[in-house]
Amino acid sequence: MKQLMKGNEAVVHGALVGGATHFFGYPITPASEIAHAAADFFPRTGRHFLQAESEVAAINMIYGAAGAGARTMTASSGPGVSLMAEGLSYIAGAELPCVIVDVQRAGPGLGNIWPEQSDYNMVVKGGGHGNYHNAVYVPNSAQEMCDMTAHAFDIADRYRVTVFILSDAYIGQMMEPVEIPDSVHHAPAKPWALGATSETRDNLITSIHMSTADQAAHNWKLKAKYDQMEAEITDWEEVFTDDADTLFVAFGITARICLTAVQRLRARGVRAGLLRPKTVFPFPRTRIAELVDQGPVREIAVVELNDGMMADDVQLAAPSVRVHRLNWLGGQVPTAEQVLEMAAQKAGQR
Amino acid sequence: MIKHKKPDAFYDTFERKGAGQQTTHYCPGCGHGTVHKMIAEAIDEFGVRDRTIFCSPVGCSVFAYYYFDTGNIQCAHGRAPAVATGMRRVHDDAVIISYQGDGDLAGIGTAEIIHAANRGENITVFFVNNAIYGMTGGQMAPTTLIGQQTLTTPTGRSAATDGNPIGMCELMSALSAPVYVERVSLGDGNRVLKARRAVRKALKNQIDGVGFSFVEILSPCPINWKLTPMDARKWLIENLEPAFPVKSFRDTGTPGAVATARAARDPSGPIPDDEMVRLLGSQSEIETIDRVTGLPEQRVKVAGFGGQGVLSAGILLANCAISEGLHATWLPSYGPEMRGGTANASVIVSEESIGSPLVDEPTTLIALNGPSIDAFEGSVVPGGLIVANSSLIDREPARSDVRYCMIPASKIAQDIGFQGAANVVLLAAYAAIEGFPAIDILRRVIPHALKKKNLVDLNLQMVDAAVEFVAEHPVAAPSAAPLPVR
Repeated sequence: MKQLMKGNEAVVHGALVGGATHFFGYPITPASEIAHAAADFFPRTGRHFLQAESEVAAINMIYGAAGAGARTMTASSGPGVSLMAEGLSYIAGAELPCVIVDVQRAGPGLGNIWPEQSDYNMVVKGGGHGNYHNAVYVPNSAQEMCDMTAHAFDIADRYRVTVFILSDAYIGQMMEPVEIPDSVHHAPAKPWALGATSETRDNLITSIHMSTADQAAHNWKLKAKYDQMEAEITDWEEVFTDDADTLFVAFGITARICLTAVQRLRARGVRAGLLRPKTVFPFPRTRIAELVDQGPVREIAVVELNDGMMADDVQLAAPSVRVHRLNWLGGQVPTAEQVLEMAAQKAGQR
Repeated sequence: MIKHKKPDAFYDTFERKGAGQQTTHYCPGCGHGTVHKMIAEAIDEFGVRDRTIFCSPVGCSVFAYYYFDTGNIQCAHGRAPAVATGMRRVHDDAVIISYQGDGDLAGIGTAEIIHAANRGENITVFFVNNAIYGMTGGQMAPTTLIGQQTLTTPTGRSAATDGNPIGMCELMSALSAPVYVERVSLGDGNRVLKARRAVRKALKNQIDGVGFSFVEILSPCPINWKLTPMDARKWLIENLEPAFPVKSFRDTGTPGAVATARAARDPSGPIPDDEMVRLLGSQSEIETIDRVTGLPEQRVKVAGFGGQGVLSAGILLANCAISEGLHATWLPSYGPEMRGGTANASVIVSEESIGSPLVDEPTTLIALNGPSIDAFEGSVVPGGLIVANSSLIDREPARSDVRYCMIPASKIAQDIGFQGAANVVLLAAYAAIEGFPAIDILRRVIPHALKKKNLVDLNLQMVDAAVEFVAEHPVAAPSAAPLPVR
């Protein structure tokens, strides 16, 4: 039986079936319902919830709990994720697994609490200092908020990386029917973690590599891991792409709006299609290149609530095709008709 | 008794500067080696080496993990107390040591240490205070003395520019949770013996579950003080100790209130998987119906004052849709807008999966107050429906191409005995007019959706009253317009 719930609440349901045991958080609109639901569900299912004094502390609690072998997570929005940049870099360097949910709001600075997708570069390109990446899943429904969060813990442990659920204020605040998965995931054995036992006494969690040779070897190892992730976990959805000459590319809330837009175009006889990345790191660049090189795609419209951040990645994947940037900022979210109007306008500018 | 043998809690050799090394990387006369040895000896004495996790900071002791043959984790600058907190919540029986210098603990990590202490985390913090930044070559620390010359206070620290040195033990003892706060000194042999006792006690407190222990150790840094090791100890006694009184600030010896409360909590761990699945899936057990297909997509805007139940009416509608096996989205106005101002909820119900959840052209507007009909009347599709609360709205819709129902919802609700349920009256009127949701489903969902179970009967009476009203006041067709289609 499906239950009506907010995307933010679905995250916590997904986390619990994903095997999360430790939640460390700090409230921020529009992500706070995640902390509220975690504060309710984690303690009464024998898990741990702690409200940290700051996002800086929260991400370092995660560093400790992940280092100790737990499946651990936090949730925030842009201003909080900015504060976590240092910890995210250490976590990447030390190769610890964890899950972070970013329910994006408008920025920069304090901005406002309405949806943007403008944390794309921060989250997809790393966020903190140094040469690293996060795995980044982009849900577009409450169901995916649940399912992707559950899956994220497996991915985090498989590759020992931070997995982001990059959401937005609408996907987080919107209620939809959600089917809760009926099996609970569990963490694999983690012989590398600090178990406070004689077997794990030799373990060291660190991101220091003092010699340039050691640091280089470590960074190339990370790079190999990211390449492996691209081969193994890149995920996307396609709608009407078989014969599409106009391809819409969008993620999260804008992918929902684009679905409606594409359906209306099809009803008018326009051969439009939609590619919706479900991961934006790794990015489905190979598939986009295929659609352009081997299919009828003549132009691409990337619809985003930022100034064209993912459009850069799309253009890199498909340098030979015209990539239109359909952007809204400040928390303004277009209707399907507004998307179609801007698409027509951009197409007319060729 | 001072042992001269290397403690077991140290590795046999220190590999940092090459295989087989026997000495640490610390400078001649530095206090870190002494403090390391005290800690290692205490770990040996209590037999907790296997379950000890040592949190290295950023600073000269960043490489403590080359020496301590324990579990090791190296932390970002100042964050060790937060890292220790995270580990504390995972391993009840770990012995967790946060070892920090003055820049780390009293500067960049002030928030983390204060809050870990205030939570009474059962950890042990060793705070090595040498009044200067060592690793980066001798800059001002938060504990640098007034007049003390450093690379960033070349003419001496000035209170006017830099403020006064921070007394961390004084700050710690202003909190209620720490059970043990003491400042010791490495100024001479007798002082070292006292320091050793303090290190031991702070570790034992944790092993015994007594609570948060904090030992500040005044420690020499001859290199950056630009003194010989002997002169550095003299300078420490003559200058640091007067500024930072060496004494016990608190020593309860018994579990603090926080540790007691923590011990009293339910110790049962994670619930079994099947119980978890049941818990997460148990929230909705409404009998569903198989509805007749052919429902046009419903795009409903519910709008009114914050507090009129606008959002909950939308949730009720979406829950009815689920019970009829339909797709639904509910998108609220939220945040500050929701508190005190106007509120609206957008609900889409469809037999097919829903793309955009935005309702820019509602097929139905449910308006609870005047401003709502002013704001949204124009957006309703031709042939659409407006259900308006005529108790608070003194005009009929100006549109001639929509159907409308003026129902005194607030008055009906008040007459039944609960004015707060005008939203349910309006929703039920919509249901009665459109045939969706089925009145029967609405009646079944209300008991599940309401948090206040004592109001169920009143709300069901609202539904009856609305159905009766609609039967007695048929909705007029618009002058000329088709019914809304998908």
